[in-house]
Parts: sequence; structure tokens; C-alpha cells
Amino acid sequence: MTARSETNPQLSSEAKLSKDEVLRYSRHLIMPEVGMDGQLKLKQAKVLLIGAGGLGAPLGLYLAAAGVGRIGLVDFDVVDFTNLQRQVTFGSSDVGRPKLEAAKERLSNLNPEIQIDTYETKLTSENALEILRPYDIIVDGTDNFPTRYLVNDACILLGKPNVYGSIFRFEGQASVFGVPGGPCYRCLFAEPPPPGLVPSCAEGGVLGVLPGIIGSIQALETIKLILGSGDSLAGRLLLFDALAMRFRELKLRRNPECPVCGDHRTITKLIDYEQFCGIRGEDSPAPAVTVPEIEPRELKARLDRGDDVFILDVREPHEVQICTLNGYLIPLGEIPRRASELDSAREIVVHCRSGKRSAEAVDFLRKAGFRKIWNLKGGILAWSDQVDPSVPKY
Amino acid sequence: MSVKILIPTPLRPYAGKEGCVQVDARTVGEALDLLTGRFAELRKHLYADDGRLRNFVNVFVNDEDIRSLQKDNTPLKEGDIISIIPSIAGGSSTGFQPVRLE
Repeated sequence: MTARSETNPQLSSEAKLSKDEVLRYSRHLIMPEVGMDGQLKLKQAKVLLIGAGGLGAPLGLYLAAAGVGRIGLVDFDVVDFTNLQRQVTFGSSDVGRPKLEAAKERLSNLNPEIQIDTYETKLTSENALEILRPYDIIVDGTDNFPTRYLVNDACILLGKPNVYGSIFRFEGQASVFGVPGGPCYRCLFAEPPPPGLVPSCAEGGVLGVLPGIIGSIQALETIKLILGSGDSLAGRLLLFDALAMRFRELKLRRNPECPVCGDHRTITKLIDYEQFCGIRGEDSPAPAVTVPEIEPRELKARLDRGDDVFILDVREPHEVQICTLNGYLIPLGEIPRRASELDSAREIVVHCRSGKRSAEAVDFLRKAGFRKIWNLKGGILAWSDQVDPSVPKY
Repeated sequence: MSVKILIPTPLRPYAGKEGCVQVDARTVGEALDLLTGRFAELRKHLYADDGRLRNFVNVFVNDEDIRSLQKDNTPLKEGDIISIIPSIAGGSSTGFQPVRLE
């Protein structure tokens, strides 16, 4: 399905390129697929990027480089040290700065010819329509389900294309939603997943370069929509398996029963997306299991006294390579099968990285009859903070 | 019919870490039954309590959504590829709950 979205059907008669711009974009101009007409379309285009993180980084960089005339950025976060593994708009000196401040600086340096607008706010049902309205194309680079549904619905209500990209560890997805006749995000995923518990640390993580690939694909699709060239991903779901190095495509169709873009629409204004996704309150994590705990300092004191404490580490083997308390290793998933290796007569302190997985383990083992068992509160991270700063945190 | 079922990354921990499982089945429903029969933990992630496929999970045969075919009754041909497609949203949690020991 070729979506030729006419975002700029009539170029303004004042639109032209300066001498500097002609030289800057010469590699575009000498291609008949872009040419002067195409570059002017880019100059007049207005694209809003939701999220200035892993996906937002290549998006911002490549759209700025391409000469998109107006780029909006929405993000309320601050650059964190752990972001630098993948958020390549930022540098070490940006840690602690608001992301939008650092991103605007970087993108303006890359291309001073363009206009960059920043919206340092959380996107909500109250502000989304107003923020999105001035833009031609919306690019979703967010990392949570409520915002994805919010952006999708707002785009459908405003009649704007939504360039979708998402990642998880080694896999990525990309598509273009919201073109006339095409599907929207809800056509594919009618409902969000139930709110996860705080994810197990061993299941999290992402290969840094993966959002670089998917974000670049999103930038490419955005540029194609502006130029009206090539075959857009509208109506297709692109799947990327980074480890297998394989791209696949699935067919997507508009769902005539879709509540927001279907033939009989029941959603005609933005709803409460946190509620839709089953999240009670913004930052309330799902209640963790409550188990007996021991503070790192207290454990240290007991070990120093010579108490016979058995330390059980429930992390994954690759985490042990990062740092260890020399505990006995049984990864959390293997606890049910291997609990017999533990001596319930001994005092056992269970730890993981931050204390969540180990809480699960303690809960399980208590129910299995272990009485002298405690969770190391805050995990090995807290041990590093309180007892031994030489232990690296991760 | 010998078909492959491709397991997406978020579900691999519940499918013995496999990315691809081979089964012999005549319909999509049968193939998924065989899959969840082999990997019991997968069942509660794919299916709601009422026995229906959870609706943030999509199933495709080759490149077609089974909702536009015959859903669970979609017949399979030799060599068909069944893809399970969950919604993902980056670094934040997926809908698949981490290991809860039971």
C-alpha cells in the first residue's frame, strides 16, 4: 500500500533555499528523488517527536540533518548516566541536564537552519491535542503503553500520521499509523497489556544500537511521507530481529470495528490512559511481596561477628561477573527446582541486584517452610551504597 | 502439517528460551495448544482465564493476521510460519510478568 500523504500540497511561494542551504543539502538536491522540490517540502515540514531518548536520538539527528524545517521535541526527563549507552544525542557532560536542553543544543549545532521547539512536559490528555495540532507528522518514540495509546488516539482525532517504532531487548517493530484508510495502533493492539510488576532486572536491558536502527527507520519513514516518495510502512508491520539479523513484514489492515478509527467510532475524545492501562496513580509500582528484611549494614555486622549466615544469590550468571558477594548462586527461575540444595536449618540471606527478585525468592521459600530467611533490603546496590563502595553498581 | 511457531523475545523465557518451535498441526488453534502443552507457563501469558487469546497478543500465519482469516480455525499448510506478536514499548515493562514463583 503506497501512502502518499500530502503534507505539503502547496509550497509557499516564499519557500526557497539560501545559498548555504543549497550547499548543505547538495547531496539531496542532486538526487532526482528529492531535488529542490523535495528539499523545500522538508523545509516546510513540521514534525513532532514524542520522546527524546533511545528512539528520539537518531530521529532528532537525522531529521535535523535532513533539513526538516520545524522539529518539536516532547520529553520531561533528565539525562542519566545509564542513558549514554544508547541515547547518542547526549554526551558525558550532559548528565544531569534536562534532555530537551541538551538535545536542542546538539540538533541546533548540527543544523542551525531549522526551528526546534521544546515541550518539557509530560504528554497528557489535557495537553496532547494542543501540542500536536501545529505539526504535520507525529513520531512516537515513547517507552510506555499509556502514552502510545494517547499519541495514537490524538493523531487519529487530529488526522495526523503517526510514525510508530518500538523496541524490546533485541527486537524492534515499526509502522506508520493514521494515514487515511490505514490502520491505527489500536487496530493492531486493541488493548494494552495488564500493568506489569516492576520487571525482573534480568529481563530488562536493551542492546544500545537497537533503538538507533529502529529510530533511523522512523526518521526514514517520516522523510518519505514528507517527500511523498517510495512505499511507506502504512499497512505493514516491520519486525526486526537483531540477533538473527532478519527483517520480516506482516500485513496490517484497518479494523472496521476499531473504536477510534473504525466505521462506528466510540472514542471521540482523549480518555484517561493510565486507567485504560490499568495503572493506579502515576508512579505507584504494583505492591511488592512483603517479607522479612535485613539491612546491608546489619548483615555486615553479623558476618564480621562470625555468625553462620548462608548467602543466596538469585541473580543470573552474567550478573555475577559484574559484581558478587560470593553468595551461592541459584537464579530466581531455578529456585523451585533447586530449593532442596538449601538447608532450612541455617540462617539464609537472599539477595539480588535491587531486592525485588530476592523478595520473590524469600516469599516462595517461606511458603515452602523455610523459617530463618531474610531478604537483603536494596540488594547488592544497597550493599555498595552502605557497606562497600568498591562494589560496582549496574 | 509441520509448521514453525516464532516466539517473540518477551515470551522466550517461558518457552525454554526457544525462538522457534516446530509443531505438527492442522489449524492455528491446534498449533498453539501443542505449544502451550509443551510449555505450560506460556499458557497463562498467552491466554486469559476465559480461555481466549489475550488481546495484546496477535497471531499471524505467514504475513496475515488470523483475525482476518479464520482465527483459531485458520487451516495450516506445510511450512507455514506462525508469528506471535506482542505489543512492546521499550525499556519499560512488557505485559509479560516476570517470573513469579508458584
